[in-house]
Amino acid sequence: MKSDYIGTIGLEVHVQLRTRTKMFCGCAVEFGGEPNIHICPVCLGLPGALPVMNLEALKMTALTGLILNCQIAPICNFDRKNYFYPDMPKNYQISQYDLPLCLAGEVPLHNLAYPKDAQRNIRNPGKRVHLVRIHLEEDVAKSFHFESSTGIDFNRAGTPLMEIVSEPEIESPEEAFAYLTSLRQALVYAGVSDADMEKGQLRCDCNVSVRRSSEKKFGTKIELKNLNSISGVRRALAFEIDRQIEVIEQGGTLQQETRRWDDDLGQTVLMRIKESAHDYRYFPDPDLLPVQTEIFMDEVRGRVPELPWEKRERFMKQYGISEYDAGVLADDTALAAYFESAAAGARRPKTIANYVLNDLLSALGTTGESIADCKIPTKYFRQLADFVEEGKISGKQAKEVFSAMFLSGKDPASIIEEKGLRQESDLDALEQLCRQVIEANAKSVEDFKAGKGAAINFLKGQVMKLSKGKANPNLINGILTKLLG
Amino acid sequence: MGSPNFDVQYLAELARIGITPEEIQTFQVQLANVLEHVGKLKEVELAEVEPTAHSIPIYNVFREDVPTGSLERGLALSNAPRQGQNLFLVTKVVE
Repeated sequence: MKSDYIGTIGLEVHVQLRTRTKMFCGCAVEFGGEPNIHICPVCLGLPGALPVMNLEALKMTALTGLILNCQIAPICNFDRKNYFYPDMPKNYQISQYDLPLCLAGEVPLHNLAYPKDAQRNIRNPGKRVHLVRIHLEEDVAKSFHFESSTGIDFNRAGTPLMEIVSEPEIESPEEAFAYLTSLRQALVYAGVSDADMEKGQLRCDCNVSVRRSSEKKFGTKIELKNLNSISGVRRALAFEIDRQIEVIEQGGTLQQETRRWDDDLGQTVLMRIKESAHDYRYFPDPDLLPVQTEIFMDEVRGRVPELPWEKRERFMKQYGISEYDAGVLADDTALAAYFESAAAGARRPKTIANYVLNDLLSALGTTGESIADCKIPTKYFRQLADFVEEGKISGKQAKEVFSAMFLSGKDPASIIEEKGLRQESDLDALEQLCRQVIEANAKSVEDFKAGKGAAINFLKGQVMKLSKGKANPNLINGILTKLLG
Repeated sequence: MGSPNFDVQYLAELARIGITPEEIQTFQVQLANVLEHVGKLKEVELAEVEPTAHSIPIYNVFREDVPTGSLERGLALSNAPRQGQNLFLVTKVVE
């Protein structure tokens, strides 16, 4: 972005909740199944059918509000948003207008939530993006456009959808990326959604404008649609901000419009010009009664989990691991749980973190498995790391044991036994080896005594060779120095 | 008698109803009468009345998150004017 321009971005995020049933009827929520098998008179909008609220969806939305520091409204209500489109058979969508469930709130942007290439240069470290509101509504049906008709599958119609609206406080595509990453992580932690953008469980519309830094007034707002991944949002915003600046630089004017992101072309394409504000004729849905939130808030407060940013802090303090390592572990609740189980009672949890983050993750990456598929019981992991800490095996040997353990799920002691991998840590035996090496390498010994410190590394290598790699390298240095001193 | 407070043509557009100029005239008068009638509510003294979110004093009508079954697909689709590939078919719409 040119330095004399300011970008202003607000995001509307729609999140599919992980309920078993729809928002206002008892149809099961299932995605990707046969079309039109989870439909009933309520979600088909048949005359006379009456909606009844899914309490669990309200609780999940309130829980999201709590973890994002929102105010939970004492009373919330549902309204009808009227529009004409065949994906909503009632000709209105039930949503919340003037009495939403959650107000205000914020999403903290953690450094590691930024794209990797942008983490070195974060303009506003520790930034919190404020929220306008979070409300609950029903999702619409899925449309399939054919040559001469449109087909509708109502399985998704009426499933609970939570909308999280940010203030227009996001200043760059990288901040938008960090916002979505942090938000997604909080939603997954709370267990309210799987929040996978590629599966449509989390959908995002962006409102973006630019203005010269000398201007106070916001520029013309343009809406972006069809964003299917968090990195896609970043790319789309980067393109759109540059495009808007270009138009202004050329002396042109921008108009309020909706543009579609084409990820293959890498550009935004005009969809429609906003001629007038939509008039949805909102009014309270007389079929639904207001909700007094306090009656379920006690239970919801009890459901607040440890949050990603809290877990990161705790991992750093409790296990003495780096901010980066804590961040990667906390990124994935299953991985974090695996690490904690392995680290419990370990001699040095940091060693466990190293093996989990390097060896285990790369091994899983190679086989395309997830941590849930990992055959290694966590106690074996702890045993392996402890063997290294106790000097029973070397770090290099540990890698070999790990590979075998990963494939077979066998315990490390048996693998060490089978492979004959024990590391020699017996001081007398090691001293014996060192003496042999010193006798055989008079030249290096002289060099060392003459002040060539590096010569000791050669001697050390010779000891390792003589021991067939079994000598404990951490002990050799001390013994050699002692013998040469 | 007309009312400057609403635009019948605009209301008709929002509701996707086609109306003739004569009907506009008729509805303008009729709707104005309705509004005038409802307007009587403004005369009620409300300073002491707490606002409510609904006309009846009942709150918190919920259901548990337990599946209760759905319509059999063939039956649900049998009501549709057009269907195909187990989908409800409508006039082509592209946004």
